[in-house]
Amino acid sequence: MTSQHESAVTAGLVTLAPPPTPQELAVLHARLLEGAELAGLVDVAYRTLDTPVGVLLLAATPAGLVRVAYEREGTDAVLGELATRVSPRILEAPGRLDITARQLEEYFARRRRHFEVPLDMTLSSGFRRMVLGYLPNIAYGHTASYGAVAAAVDNPKAVRAVGTACATNPLPLVIPCHRVIRSDGVTGAYRGGAEAKRQLLRLEAAG
Amino acid sequence: MRGKQPFETVVSRHGATVLRVCRALLGAVDADDAWSDTFLSALQAYPELAEGANVEAWLVTIAHRKAVDLLRRSNRRTEFSRPGVTVDGALSPTTDDVAGPTSRDLDLVRSLAALPEKQRFAVVYHYLVGLPYREVAAIIGGSAEAARRAASDGVAKLRTAKGAAE
Repeated sequence: MTSQHESAVTAGLVTLAPPPTPQELAVLHARLLEGAELAGLVDVAYRTLDTPVGVLLLAATPAGLVRVAYEREGTDAVLGELATRVSPRILEAPGRLDITARQLEEYFARRRRHFEVPLDMTLSSGFRRMVLGYLPNIAYGHTASYGAVAAAVDNPKAVRAVGTACATNPLPLVIPCHRVIRSDGVTGAYRGGAEAKRQLLRLEAAG
Repeated sequence: MRGKQPFETVVSRHGATVLRVCRALLGAVDADDAWSDTFLSALQAYPELAEGANVEAWLVTIAHRKAVDLLRRSNRRTEFSRPGVTVDGALSPTTDDVAGPTSRDLDLVRSLAALPEKQRFAVVYHYLVGLPYREVAAIIGGSAEAARRAASDGVAKLRTAKGAAE
């Protein structure tokens, strides 16, 4: 008896406050984002971008671009890593990544050979960061071997460590680790998959 | 141990529930303000929230404070919460909408607004959100038993109002 009446009341409450539509929530999200940006509370902004090598996730802190991730890395895993290592104050905020997105589109259209956006290297440290700092010296359309990069950063024996630095590059594409290949000419591993790496090298070779 | 979820996940997972709470307590127009204020405050405090905390209960707690502030601040609301006063349309966005709630639903709107605050909060947090009485008590104060009584009394009154309308 009581539970029957209670469920009637509960059903009434559902009518009273029905689940909001996705559009209503989108409007509120936009409003939240605006307030959060004004208050300086968006520590990490992100958006996705469709490209010839799949959907990329782009993330930036106020200091600069902090992460470029390939689809195969998984959105949840990438955002989870950012929450733990940078800040959990993460919101989808496409506007802050407009310039990066535009430059990537130009790159894929062969109208751009290097990127001009501020970078936040928070996710990289020590030797790996040093290796990544060197990589922009490998020009568009060129490649270098892991060994050559090791020698260039004054640590010729650290070939494997150079491989690790490239494999864990938080900013693939923008920091061109795809231009580092094995000395026998084999493309080698890549965060976006070997096929994506070959695709980028073909794109640049045609440029 | 799993780290904290990105705040975007918190918004997408709990945004709808928080909006329903705000609408049930405040009506459509103020609900949007309360929702935005709630998530803005939550975003600010989020890094300090203990890992493993009940995020939904935490958000409802913040929404509760915003709702109480808004209710206190507005004379309109004080009049509005008095029984017998005509609903001015603030509580339900679809009052004038022919496809909106039926008269019985509007009776429920009036009846809910007419409940003493503690009962209204307890009914919404327990029956609409589904929080256990322990969590409801943590939000509105008092013991879990008192929260259970408030929700039960509130439901009894709504039931009576509903019965009278039928």
